[in-house]
Amino acid sequence: MTQLLLNVVDWSRAQFALTACYHWLFVPLTLGLGVIIAIMETMYYRTRDEKWLATTKLWMTLFGVNFAIGVATGIILEFEFGTNWSNYSWFVGDIFGAPLAIEGILAFFMESTFIAVMFFGWKKVSPRFHLAATWLTAIGASLSALWILVANAWMQYPTGVTFNPETMRNEMTSFLDVALSPMAINKFFHTVLSAWVLGSAFVIGVSAWMLLRGRNRDHCLRSLKIATWVGIAGIVLTMVTGHSSAVTVAEHQPMKLAAMEGLYDGGRDQAIVAFGVLNPEKTVDNDENPYLFDFSIPYGLSVLAANDPHSFVPGINDLIAGRSINEAGDTVSTISYAERIERGKLAKEALAQYGEALQSENTARQAELRKIIDDNFNHLGYGYLERPEEAVPNVPLTFYSFHFMVAAGGYLLVFLFVVLAMLYKPQWFKRLRKLEKWGYYLAILTVPITYLCSMSGWIVAEVGRQPWTIQDLMPNKVAISDLSVGYVQTTFWIFAVVFTALLIADISIICRQIAKKSKLDLEKDHD
Amino acid sequence: MHNETAIQNMTETATRGSLFRRVWNFYIEGFKAMTVGKTLWAIIFIKLFIFFVVIKMLFFPNFLASQASSDEGKAQYVRHQLTNNK
Ligand code: HEM
Repeated sequence: MTQLLLNVVDWSRAQFALTACYHWLFVPLTLGLGVIIAIMETMYYRTRDEKWLATTKLWMTLFGVNFAIGVATGIILEFEFGTNWSNYSWFVGDIFGAPLAIEGILAFFMESTFIAVMFFGWKKVSPRFHLAATWLTAIGASLSALWILVANAWMQYPTGVTFNPETMRNEMTSFLDVALSPMAINKFFHTVLSAWVLGSAFVIGVSAWMLLRGRNRDHCLRSLKIATWVGIAGIVLTMVTGHSSAVTVAEHQPMKLAAMEGLYDGGRDQAIVAFGVLNPEKTVDNDENPYLFDFSIPYGLSVLAANDPHSFVPGINDLIAGRSINEAGDTVSTISYAERIERGKLAKEALAQYGEALQSENTARQAELRKIIDDNFNHLGYGYLERPEEAVPNVPLTFYSFHFMVAAGGYLLVFLFVVLAMLYKPQWFKRLRKLEKWGYYLAILTVPITYLCSMSGWIVAEVGRQPWTIQDLMPNKVAISDLSVGYVQTTFWIFAVVFTALLIADISIICRQIAKKSKLDLEKDHD
Repeated sequence: MHNETAIQNMTETATRGSLFRRVWNFYIEGFKAMTVGKTLWAIIFIKLFIFFVVIKMLFFPNFLASQASSDEGKAQYVRHQLTNNK
């Protein structure tokens, strides 16, 4: 590891990736299971059938374990912003400041109030109030993910701000542009809805385990029905929002899209790779075939990127060269990366001189420089690059993560519909009785597959953005603090130990609870 | 998560006293009645202690605050960082 990761930029990134990934192991289950238990409790409220109460309480216990262990793991990311990514934290200004703090405080109070009612309030508040608290916990959890996702979307597509070279901060000029940017909307819905799928897979997997052991069959079937419906709604909407995410990525981060597809030379009527193996020898500088093997769907990428089978999708080489093809089929020039580097350097140089003009209080010179900065600000980040190739993300990691996410999404769609059919039309599956046991194993295996799928989504979003911390404006090497490698390494390993311990605690307590509860007759003994 | 006697006590006390007292009792008795919850609370408190006291205080100072005290000073420091040797 030490040989692979040599400098403070890599260690800071590795540390952020480690903590963000661990944090993300807890979050989607809270979001997804929250909705599932709220629906289960609604069933209890409407039917007043104690069986529904028992079912709700079992999943609520598991929700509680995951919530308790996961809560506050996200705060570590904020510590890192202030210490390891201080240039970035200052530069993003309003976007990360007050709204995140307000959100943190609001979420804390909302969650601590409603979760307390959820767990302590069964016999103390009215059933209606209890149900409201459960729904508010689920909704509050999703809302508390909102601003951090808006902030992440802003890093992919910085909008609604004006850069002030005097304060060196991006000052928000339009809250709505920031909060309602297409990137933010897609990110919020794609993330939250994909968490429904994960919650659903979790309930299905745990129920399958109990069924495999022949325990609490009725309870499992009730759970499966709710979870499967939530999962189906989740996967269909995840696919819809996945598509619209791809459209916004194509528009604002075309290099990410090209990396997702391993596309070096793009074109109109662009096919999408359904399965493929990348050629490890391929680089920007050679003419090797990008794939060792690929199975492509004609027009697929043009449709995914722009809802038009004939649209032009640029590849990595097209973007670097600033080459596009218009609707008439003519090759036209856009801005090349070499030119962006030039313009970035202009902005950077003007920024340096602006500091001097500020000190000498030369306002005329400040105005002159400000114009140069404003005119070239969109390319500022390129001013830190030596060669255009530095603006290409890690293609294999982005490509395989994207393809895994989409393939797993396709699998989950089929899986959930098959589970639904098994629940409502068991007669269709009579002949497959002998395979029942394997079906349960598959359902259990689907839980880690869904976690991996969700994690791959974040890899696509974050690795695909590289080398930028903020798209086009700030590369990682500028965003980090001037710290020593040893310092960042130390905290990396501290986090690795602490988070691994938390994960082990989470998994072992959840497993013990499942084992313990499944031995009870849940319908009789559910307190 | 609860045991029966504690729940009965909760129900009795919850109906008495001021709003503040009722809320207080709600939480205290809720906590008392927990089983797996106790382990979880122990984990939460140990975790918060490690995060905020050990990790935050020892390893995660506000870096910019250590470079400059005023906002102008911080802006100048960041400008220097963004325009020199990078
Ligand atoms: C099957 C079709 C799917 C498509 C076309 C799709 C598309 C995308 C795209 C383009 C991104 C990158 C967005 C960005 O960089 O801003 C993304 C991110 C992500 N995806 Fe998917 N996805 C699909 C399925 C799934 C599934 C099944 C899950 C999880 C169960 C999932 C979870 C995520 C997550 C957590 C992210 C990161 C958050 C975000 O950037 O939105 N995706 N997806």
